[in-house]
Amino acid sequence: GIAAGAAIAGPDDELVINGEIRIVTRTEAPAHLEGVLDEIRSGWTFRTEETQALEMDDFENPGMVFVEEAMSVWDTAEGTAGKACADCHGTAEESMLGVKAVYPKWNETAGEVRTIEQMINECRTDRMGAQEWKYHGLDMTQMVALIASVSRGMPVNVAIDGPAAETWEKGKEIYYTRFGQLDLSCANCHEENYDNYIRADHLSQGQVNGFPTYRLKNAKLNALHDRFKGCIRDTRGVPFGIGSPEFVALELYVASRGNGLSVEGPSVRN
Amino acid sequence: MKKGALGALCLLVAAGTASAGTVAPGDVKMDEYGFVPVPLTDQPGDPVNGRKIAGTKSLGNCVSCHVIGEMASDVPFHGEVGPELDGLPGRYPEAMVRGILVNSKNIFEGTVMPAYYKVDGFNRIADGFTTKPLEGEIEPLLSAQQIEDVVAYLMTLKD
Ligand code: HEC
Ligand code: HEC
Ligand code: HEC
Repeated sequence: GIAAGAAIAGPDDELVINGEIRIVTRTEAPAHLEGVLDEIRSGWTFRTEETQALEMDDFENPGMVFVEEAMSVWDTAEGTAGKACADCHGTAEESMLGVKAVYPKWNETAGEVRTIEQMINECRTDRMGAQEWKYHGLDMTQMVALIASVSRGMPVNVAIDGPAAETWEKGKEIYYTRFGQLDLSCANCHEENYDNYIRADHLSQGQVNGFPTYRLKNAKLNALHDRFKGCIRDTRGVPFGIGSPEFVALELYVASRGNGLSVEGPSVRN
Repeated sequence: MKKGALGALCLLVAAGTASAGTVAPGDVKMDEYGFVPVPLTDQPGDPVNGRKIAGTKSLGNCVSCHVIGEMASDVPFHGEVGPELDGLPGRYPEAMVRGILVNSKNIFEGTVMPAYYKVDGFNRIADGFTTKPLEGEIEPLLSAQQIEDVVAYLMTLKD
């Protein structure tokens, strides 16, 4: 196999944001991928130099505008309890540090694996008396972008054992299942064919460490489950629902394939 | 519908979506290697139309995964998921090429290449790219005549 990390990294494998946040974009695959992948790579390593450059400076990264937006929402009281996120959590920089790196995560009270989106909506409905946000709507996705941004540079490290194991297995099964009339699985494109072109698209490993992603193609901030949906649609298949147990399980599994890469969101993709 | 030894006769009486002179997807006769020696229609394939199907996104879209050298000038962005198709007739007999198109998985086990003339065994199949469940019958990705047209085109790709 290929040796990991810095030893083989070329110039365009170096992602340093704002001259200070070092992002690991290539590293040794986690143990559970033994015999499957030697090296894991962020989607950033598959993009053109121009697209890559946009992520090196927050003033150039169009996704950071949404982070700014979310910062003011964070401080704004909403709902019948008259509370803002900040009232309970203090600053996002401190309270949310490391959160994106470990989600989706087993939630003891709920007795299931939860995503950040689900945690946020629980706070909104149960603790703030506010309306829940649409799972992949802009309010939600930009808040997730803010929560991701404060953990940039930290290694993704989702737990796949213990109570999360069952959900992880379910996600793994979905990852290797072929869908639609084109009969393709996630693995067919992102494990067997990464680095190959499929028509005009340079296939990546389909890692999720960069989510939410700002895509130049649709000029918006993209939620992860929307991407899952698009990929299954492209097989001429029927996707699972946004926020469904299947997509939560898939998210946990795919996130675990990136254990060791840095949290990178909001990232820039094409 | 009848299969096996009567297959050739069935060419003339095929029912369902298939018209007279056309083998329906469930009735395609293949040998133990997945080769399909008998054409799916009684019309000879049209290589000009086959070329169009292979290069068009909404039709065969073969170039999304295969380089076809001859098309480089007018069809951009050839993929590299599958092998280059140049020189194909020098490598494979026509029956094999037809078999690959009908259901490549019979020939290349576990391949990522879709089956173009198959209507069963799919998981969560949608109505095209709509994400909505398909109601009604599954149409194969290409019609019998389109398969024959693509086969005829591929057989022109001599080195
Ligand atoms: C009234 C208090 C309160 C408010 C207001 C509140 N939260 Fe929470 N939040 C909590 C508590 C308590 C938990 C821990 C829940 C648990 O672990 O089951 C939590 C957990 C979370 C988590 C998971 C963090 C982790 O470390 O696992 C996120 C993300 C989060 N909140 C985001 C938000 C956002 C965004 C808002 C505003 C839109 C918000 N919260 C508003 C009390 C609040
Ligand atoms: C037909 C091929 C195909 C299949 C099947 C497919 N994808 Fe993708 N996927 C793509 C393409 C093309 C892109 C955009 C380029 C890239 O990042 O690979 C993409 C992008 C992604 C991304 C964004 C990566 C980034 O860095 O922004 C994720 C995540 C992803 N896919 C996950 C999945 C999952 C999970 C599945 C299975 C449910 C799946 N894909 C199935 C083709 C596919
Ligand atoms: C999603 C990708 C994909 C698409 C679309 C696709 N193929 Fe393929 N094709 C492959 C792969 C991969 C192989 C190699 C077989 C294997 O898995 O070993 C292949 C093999 C072949 C071969 C055998 C080539 C050789 O030299 O061994 C032929 C012929 C072929 N494809 C024709 C076509 C035609 C014609 C179309 C369109 C109607 C098409 N393919 C569409 C992926 C694809």
